[in-house]
Amino acid sequence: MTPGPPTNSILMSTGNLARRRLAGRCFSFLVAGCAYCTIAILAVLIIQILGKGFPLLTWDFISSFPSRKAEDAGIKAALWGTFWLMSLTMAIATPVGIAAAIYLEEFARKGKLSTFIEVNISNLAGVPSIIYGILGLALFVRAFQLDRSLIAGALTMALLILPVVIISAREAIRSVPSSLREASFGLGATRWQTTWNVVLPSAFPGIMTGLILSTSRAIGETAPLIMIGALTYIAFTPRGPMDAYTAMPIQVYDWASRPQPEFQVNAAAGIVVLMAILLMLNGVAIWLRHRSSKKAH
Amino acid sequence: MADQRATPPPEDEVLAMRNCTIRYGSHVAVRDLSLSFARHRVTAIIGPSGCGKSTLLRALNRMNDSIASMRLEGRVEYHGEDIYGPGIDPAEVRRRIGMVFQKPNPFPKSIRENVLWGPKRNGMLKGKNAAAIADLLESSLQRAGLWEEVKDRLGASALALSGGQRQRLCIARALANDPEVFLMDEPCSALDPIATSRIEDLIKELERTYTIVIVTHNLQQASRVSDYTAFMLNGELVEYGETKGIFTNPAKEKTEEYVSGRFG
Repeated sequence: MTPGPPTNSILMSTGNLARRRLAGRCFSFLVAGCAYCTIAILAVLIIQILGKGFPLLTWDFISSFPSRKAEDAGIKAALWGTFWLMSLTMAIATPVGIAAAIYLEEFARKGKLSTFIEVNISNLAGVPSIIYGILGLALFVRAFQLDRSLIAGALTMALLILPVVIISAREAIRSVPSSLREASFGLGATRWQTTWNVVLPSAFPGIMTGLILSTSRAIGETAPLIMIGALTYIAFTPRGPMDAYTAMPIQVYDWASRPQPEFQVNAAAGIVVLMAILLMLNGVAIWLRHRSSKKAH
Repeated sequence: MADQRATPPPEDEVLAMRNCTIRYGSHVAVRDLSLSFARHRVTAIIGPSGCGKSTLLRALNRMNDSIASMRLEGRVEYHGEDIYGPGIDPAEVRRRIGMVFQKPNPFPKSIRENVLWGPKRNGMLKGKNAAAIADLLESSLQRAGLWEEVKDRLGASALALSGGQRQRLCIARALANDPEVFLMDEPCSALDPIATSRIEDLIKELERTYTIVIVTHNLQQASRVSDYTAFMLNGELVEYGETKGIFTNPAKEKTEEYVSGRFG
């Protein structure tokens, strides 16, 4: 509290200034409290998980297949499964998502149709992931007879993250200054040349950031994978997109739901590995954004 | 007097507007305007903000095409041919009728890449050897008066240049495209007085080989660099003639009021 001026000062507080100051201080405590609360909850969760899973976090855990005995069970199959699943998902969602964003931002005539597509993409971003699981089950697993393969899982996951990829890519494309587009058009470039040589390079860091953040959303998704039948007991690493697979969140879910208390440790250790990967991905996203903002100056 | 307003200069006509009306939706930005631009001359377009001079300039190389609500009636003739005619590709129009913008807008690439950007996209570098390309790069920067300042750092980012240098780079970039006409949309309004005077010298220099149309807010600039001046008000052409006449002995009262600073 700043000491007020002496009572004989000409600048003595008048009216309700003291009350207004008090209200301001109360409010700043309130908002700060809300902010620290969320951090505290996260910290408690992380500390608890780390404390529980730490003893098991050895190379053996990462390089072992699941087992009926908790102390032997490892996460290798799930780790590789997640790696395969995410790579395939990105391979599908990246080109489709960026192409859709380019179309909507640079080529589509603004009208009823583009507004309709826009609204629907935003709505799709809010659809619960289990719905995508049901769609994947009906479409990819059954209709296309892809069965419980990695590719069926990747297609489902790609559908799930596409709206987010498109929305973030559009944002990045829209933030490219129009003066650069004008410069390009003014030099006799076509729209496609302008998009490819001017807009995309400038939007690239933003698009990448969106892609990585949507990957980190997909990496923790469990519901759609259960729906389309990813397995939990897999004693091999996938060799190709048609192989059966399991993924880390499914493995964690399986361990956590077992009655034996020893498996809870495995679940905790699995969560730690999953979180480490997430942290790495988000770190790359932040680095990309930082680098692009430095470049702009 | 009515026909004197749109009288083309008694010289070779390169570019001309004939009875052009330009609308954005229901708003009329330019009304039934005819104007003709002479070869190897600088024509200035002056007028208060919102009078339609930028719209007019951008209509001359179809830069307004991307605005969906824009409608143009009338003809814009380049050597007698309507640039809005059927089958005319706006990209080709813009290569021949280059543009320099209000705010310097170099690409966030190297100086070299900026200058060669247009020719590369237009396929003008195909079959040229490295020496010919280096020549094009040097001569473009020379003509824009930038060569001496950047010849030792052609690979450096264009964003490392000062505002005035950036604008001259944008001019060099347009020059490399081998255009015939230059449209300049208030090219000095973002620059300091010294950089401005360099650009003005450059305009007088370029006039020998190019036809230039410049929109400017700066009346002194118009009187310094241009041979002809067109005065616009509310989307209409008020008066058009030799710059000297417009500034010293205007035929219309409105022109007189504007050039003597009584409004605008």
